Parts: sequence; C-alpha cells; structure tokens
Amino acid sequence: MNFATLFERLDSTTKTSEKVTAITDYLHAADETEKLLTVAVLMGYKPKRPVKTTELRVWAAEITEIPLWLLEESYYVVGDLAETLALLLTADHASDVFKLRAILQDIMMMQTYSPAQQRRAIEAYWKKFGGTSLFLFNKLLTGNFRVGVSRKLVVRALSEYLAMEEAVVEHRVMGKWDPFEESFNTLFHQQLLEEKHFLPYPFFLAYPVDPVFFDGAAIEDWIVEPKLDGIRGQIIVRQGELFVWSRGEDLMTEKFVEFDELKTILPDGTVLDGEIIPWKNGRPLDFQLMQTRIGRKKISRRHLEDVPLVMVCYDILEWKSIDQRDRPLLERRELLEQVLQTYPVENRLKLSEIKTFDSWEAADLFRVEARQQQAEGLMLKRKDSPYEVGRKRGNWWKWKTDPMTVDGVLIYAQSGHGRRANLFTDYTFAVWDGGALVPFAKAYSGLTDKELLQIDQWIKRNTVEKFGPVRSVRPELVFELAFEGISLSSRHKSGIALRFPRILRWREDKPAAEANTKQDLLDLINARHESNS
Amino acid sequence: MALLTINENGLYCKQGDFYIDPWRPVKVALITHGHSDHMRWGMKHYICHQHTVPILRLRLGIEQSVQGVEYGEPFEINGVSVSFHPAGHIIGSSQIRLSYRGEVWVFTGDYKMEPDGVSAPFESLLCDHFISECTFGLPVYRFPRATVLYQAINDWWKSNAQQGYNTVLYGYSLGKAQNILAHLDKSIGDIYLHGAVANVNEALEEVGFHFPGVRMTTDMDRQSMEGAVIVAPPSANNTPWVKKLKPYREGMCSGWMQLRGSRRRRSVDKGFALSDHCDWNQLNIAVEQSGASHVYLTHGYEVNFARWLAERYQVEAAVLKTLYNDEMEEEG
Ligand SMILES: [Zn+2]
Ligand SMILES: [Zn+2]
Repeated sequence: MNFATLFERLDSTTKTSEKVTAITDYLHAADETEKLLTVAVLMGYKPKRPVKTTELRVWAAEITEIPLWLLEESYYVVGDLAETLALLLTADHASDVFKLRAILQDIMMMQTYSPAQQRRAIEAYWKKFGGTSLFLFNKLLTGNFRVGVSRKLVVRALSEYLAMEEAVVEHRVMGKWDPFEESFNTLFHQQLLEEKHFLPYPFFLAYPVDPVFFDGAAIEDWIVEPKLDGIRGQIIVRQGELFVWSRGEDLMTEKFVEFDELKTILPDGTVLDGEIIPWKNGRPLDFQLMQTRIGRKKISRRHLEDVPLVMVCYDILEWKSIDQRDRPLLERRELLEQVLQTYPVENRLKLSEIKTFDSWEAADLFRVEARQQQAEGLMLKRKDSPYEVGRKRGNWWKWKTDPMTVDGVLIYAQSGHGRRANLFTDYTFAVWDGGALVPFAKAYSGLTDKELLQIDQWIKRNTVEKFGPVRSVRPELVFELAFEGISLSSRHKSGIALRFPRILRWREDKPAAEANTKQDLLDLINARHESNS
Repeated sequence: MALLTINENGLYCKQGDFYIDPWRPVKVALITHGHSDHMRWGMKHYICHQHTVPILRLRLGIEQSVQGVEYGEPFEINGVSVSFHPAGHIIGSSQIRLSYRGEVWVFTGDYKMEPDGVSAPFESLLCDHFISECTFGLPVYRFPRATVLYQAINDWWKSNAQQGYNTVLYGYSLGKAQNILAHLDKSIGDIYLHGAVANVNEALEEVGFHFPGVRMTTDMDRQSMEGAVIVAPPSANNTPWVKKLKPYREGMCSGWMQLRGSRRRRSVDKGFALSDHCDWNQLNIAVEQSGASHVYLTHGYEVNFARWLAERYQVEAAVLKTLYNDEMEEEG
C-alpha cells in the first residue's frame, strides 16, 4: 500500500474506526522508508513551498491550453488549487506509483532550483501522475495539506500498530521532529525518551460539565478556578533552556519573549501549566490584543510595553526533573504556590486564583457574570485528581458562561471552499442602524447540512445583485449568532468586532424587522467596560 | 428575426407560437424531457417524445393533453418545421430542431454525448443557431468513461457486500437510476428500489423498458437484507428511511461528485462522477460539430463557457437566462 491508496481509503469513509484501520493496515503493509513520513504528513508536516502558486497557475494554463482567467474561474468553483490543477492536468493514462519520500525530497530540492528547473521538475510530475496522486503531489507542493484525520486518530492508529499506550505515543510525537532525521526506531525507542528535553507533557483537557455532575459532587472536594481567556501553555525549563508550548502543540517560545529570563531563575526540570494572558497595571487586557501581537512577524519594543504577557499558573507537572503528574492536585498546588513564592518570578508568573463557594448555586452566580472578571466561566478540578493525558471525563470539567447572542439579518452570501464549494455557506449578517442594515459579522458554521442546502436554494432565488463571488440577497432571513467576545474596532465597517461568531440557529420565526440593532451591540460593549473599570 | 427568444414564460417561438420547456403556463409546450425544471405543470397542450409521455402522466397527472412524437419525424406548427432528435440525456430526452425559411435552430435541452446504454444516443445536428446547456461548462469537469464508473460501482458494491454492508446508491430517480440499474452486476446480490425509482420504472414499462429491482415497502423485513444494493434518489440521503438500512455505505452518482468538496458536503462514503450531462470535452465537441455560427448557453457556467467559445472558436456566443437548473431536476 502506498500513501495515495491510504489517502483514498481515508477519504472514502467518514467513520473514525475505519480510518484507524486504514492507517494500521497501511503501517503493516508499507515500505519502511515511507512509513514515518506518512505519519508526519498525516500530522501536518509539510515541506516549505518552493514556488509561488501564481507560477503554478500560469504553467498549468499553458500546458492545458486554457486561458488563465478560465483557470481562475475553475479554481473559484473548486475552492482548492491543488485539486483544480489535478482536475485540469489529469491525462488519460495510468498514474505512476506514489513515493512519498522521493516526492518530499524533490520538493525540498526545488527550493534551490532556478525557475526554469523548477518548472521542468514539476511538469515531469504532472505528466507521470493523474487523479489522486496528482492531487496529492499538488497538495504537498502548495503546502496546505489537510487529510481530514485528526492527530488523535493517527496517535490511536500508531498505538495499535506499536502496541504502545496512547499517552506514550502522544508524548513521542509531540512537537516538531524531522521525519527525515528520525525513524520509527529512534522516535519510539524507550531509551531515547529522556533526550527529548524540549517536549511538553500532553495537556490534560476538560470536557464541558455534564448537568448530572452537580447531583453527586460535593463542592468541598473540588478546586474551582476562573477559566481565563488566553492561550493554554506549558513553560518548560530543562538543561538551562526554556520552551513555551501552546496547547495546539506549537513551540511558541519566540512569541513569548518575556518568559525567557525564567531559565536563569527557575531550576532545571521545571514544567508549569497555565494560561498565558495579556496583563498590565494589575489587570488583564483584552484577549484580542494578544492575538494581534502573536500575529506579528517581529515583535517591537512597543508591543512588549503595550501588551505584556504573563502566565497564570494552575499546575506544576515536573519539579526538579521529577514527574509530578500522579500526585493529587492539592499537593501539586501546594508545591506550585511554594515555587512561585520562593523564586522571584512575580512579574511573569501569577498564581491562578481559587474561588471558594458554599454551594454550586453560589458558583453558578459567579459563572453567569464571569465575563465581567475577564473569565469565560469556571474550571472544576477534583482536589485528588492526577494530571491525566488528553481530554478525559471525570476529574476536570469546564463550566463556561453562556455565549452572548445577537439576531442578525442575512445580507450577503458567498460560496464556501473545499467541502462547501458550489454552495452558499459563508454569510454576512447585519444589524439595524436607523433604517439601514450595517454588516457586523461573518459566520459560516453552525447549520445542519439540510439547512445549508435549503438556504442555498433560497439565496439562489433571492439574489439582488452579484459582486464577483458575493451575492447580496433580500434582507429577509434572521439568524441567531453566538460569540465569545465583543469590542470596538476601527477595522470593521460597523466599528464592532466579534470574537468567534457562529450561527446558533436559523430564526425562521423572526421577521427581519425584529433583528437586533447596532445600539444593542454598543450597549453590550459598554456593559463590559463599565464592569472592568 | 430570431426563431427562439426568451420571454417571461420561457423559450418562445413567435413564428410558430409555441414554447419549449416553458416555466409558466402557456398554450403549446414542446418538452425536451421529463425532469422537473424542463417539464412543468399547467400547459394546455404538451408535445414530447413518446417515451416521455408516461413520465409526464406520472409526474403531472393522467388528465394532461399530451402528444407523443417519434425521433426524426418532422411536423409543422404554423409553418415552422419541428423535429425531435435523441439527446442521450435520459429516456425520451430530445433535442428540438426548428427550421423556418432556410434557417435552422437547435435547442439541446439537457444532453450528453457519452452513450449510457439505456437512452437513445445523442445525434449531432447541423444548425445555424445552437442553444446548448452547459451544466458542466468548466474544464475541471472532465468525467471518467461511464464504463469505468460502472465497473467501479460494481467493485465497490461487491467489497461492501463481502464486509456485510448494504450499498445505497443515490441518483436521480429518472435517468441516473435506470442507468445504474442497467449496469449493476446481478450476481453480486439483491437489488432494491426506493419508491420514487420504482414509480419511474413502472411508468417506463408502458413503453417497453424493463429494469431489475424490488420495490421497498414499509412492511419489508430489512433485517434479511444483507449485501444488497438499494437505488434511491439523493433526497433520501440523511433521512430516517435510509437509516433503517443499517449497516450500509452510501455512494452518490452525479457529475457534481467530480469535486471533493461536493462529495464531502453530502457526507457520503463514495462519489461517482456519473453524469447525464456533457462534460467539458463533450460540450466543446458538440459546439464544433453543430457548425453553428451563433451559440446560446443556458444553465451552468454559461458566462464562462460563452467567453471561452467566443475566444476559442470565434463564434457569436451569448448567455440565455433561463430557469433551468440541474440541481432542481429531482424536485417536485
Ligand atoms: Zn435533465
Ligand atoms: Zn436541465
């Protein structure tokens, strides 16, 4: 079995168990030199893109003898460049065997080529491949490959194949490793584990709390903390070096320069878990400010002064090179408090606040108002809980505030990409401002496939005007949108920016006239600000 | 003066005072084929190919006034010579050729050049003015050969059956379903039909077509079905009806399945780009073979395809705004 056949199997089922089987079948059958590369690609490894996609378009248009504008129109409909090129370029003959290692090496080599050499190398691949293989080659070449399997699913398949605990596999494949430098042997070899000093522990993640939880749980057995609105991270000090990992398992040390000094302050073999948030003048800043800072290529002195970051720590996973995760949370918490008191870290590391409530009802009163404390709810952690691996039920729960909601009128629609090409799924919503509708949010997720098809048909019949790919529609349909944050923004036409807007439901019962107003949104912003000052 | 123009009722021939595939009630309607975006309710009198007659009666009611005609037999309406010719789209589907004072117009309706082994194969007609659909008028739509797809469908059914799964194949109940049924390998297992497909098959029996398959009924013992294939319209996807067929895998047969995005949107296990419309290559060949100096394009990527034709073949190519829409074929 080669990578292309594996991909076809993964792509032709929606069932997790069948995907896992496809991967384990592959691992048993595949060439030893290909396997680890496949695992890496499934987990998101990609070579640096050697050529601009505009060049690929021009070359493909020339080879297929279609004008560039028609290629662009086709790309717009397909929604994926690699697929578009594959469909245009596929010839009638059978495809060559797909060899991942050779292809990745060639793509990396292409970075050193002249444009003419690049074109020759790429055209040779375009000639010998067709169908899925051609699509996959283009995907690797353009570097935006998503296979539709989660990292977790790959870990599960590996764990089955290697007969190794999932947690161990998870730990070994975390972070950035070079699949050309490693092999199955080096990566999964017991004795080499200690050398991976830069690796974080797998994060312990909480599920949303079950309503039945409150029937049986005694509040005194639980630690209750505000759930802060930041980036979950681990700070690691080992062998004189410092690493900051985000929960997305990205190494973000360079983005969070303020923590660098900790490597000279904290002893080797320290791993802390917490929430990284922007913090100034004794209180948190808006999450959005940190996001903007992270998005920058270079962080200037001004950014550091305007948006300083701290980590609010709630757990200690390793101390003096000893794994602490099996100790009860209460003991880890005591240790954490000691560490933060003993070492001069107070302007970088804060201790997560523990809230004490008499009852769950009292806690709930805090939760519903949590946004006013820059929190998005509460975390509930059993006092005797170990630090587990991955998302597990039972010992940790998150209890979030309800999202804020607003009713908006659908005014523009655009067709989606990839899975949703050909279907109008990207919507722009407006609220009333006097007699006019002002756009304030874009959202696309949240509807069922059936609703999407229904609304797609409605849009096709109620189009007022077309502007390129965007259609304006009769302002008739109302949707309830949920979002996690709201702030003033000069970059948006409405002057308002929402965080994580998503469609909650289609309000078929509501006429457009009853949608919310811009003033309603401004009131929401004001209410939050008053509570902050 | 043009033989065919668009007005609020549909595609109109003033000289002959009749419409082709109108979307509003008119006196005389020539119908290319039985899909619901082309054959609508409310016409005083319908003229269609004789194989479309039972479909029309099934979908619009038996009381309709219908005249069935044969392929290639011209007749006159108010001095305009009219003839129906095979379009290869579905059973009974026709191109309509009009000739008046030495000028020839052809309206293709929906069509394909690749023979499906069921409907009468497309016949290329010479004309001055060619009105063509272009549902798949983009170069990314180049379909695999139908024979390859039928083989792939049978292979997939076989492997599902071996693993104890039923196979649900979705395709338009008129056209696609019959093509699938005619090419299923009966040695693999039992064939069952969704009611909508069975209704069409029964109607087509009247004009001499016979397709395999047993109609599914509500009292049928679904437990006993194992490794069977069930042919159903796409609207059955995600309904309680199909859930009762567990364990099953679902495959969608449609030209739209050429794109991964469309396939995944339907959340089916497998997509087969089996189409009853021309793909890009066929559309280009059809336009060239028509010899027409004027080409008009309806449903599909008409703006792009018109521009392409004008640039590539130096023909006059224009867009005709109609209400035909392949996505609506199964409605009503
Ligand atoms: Zn049709
Ligand atoms: Zn049509």
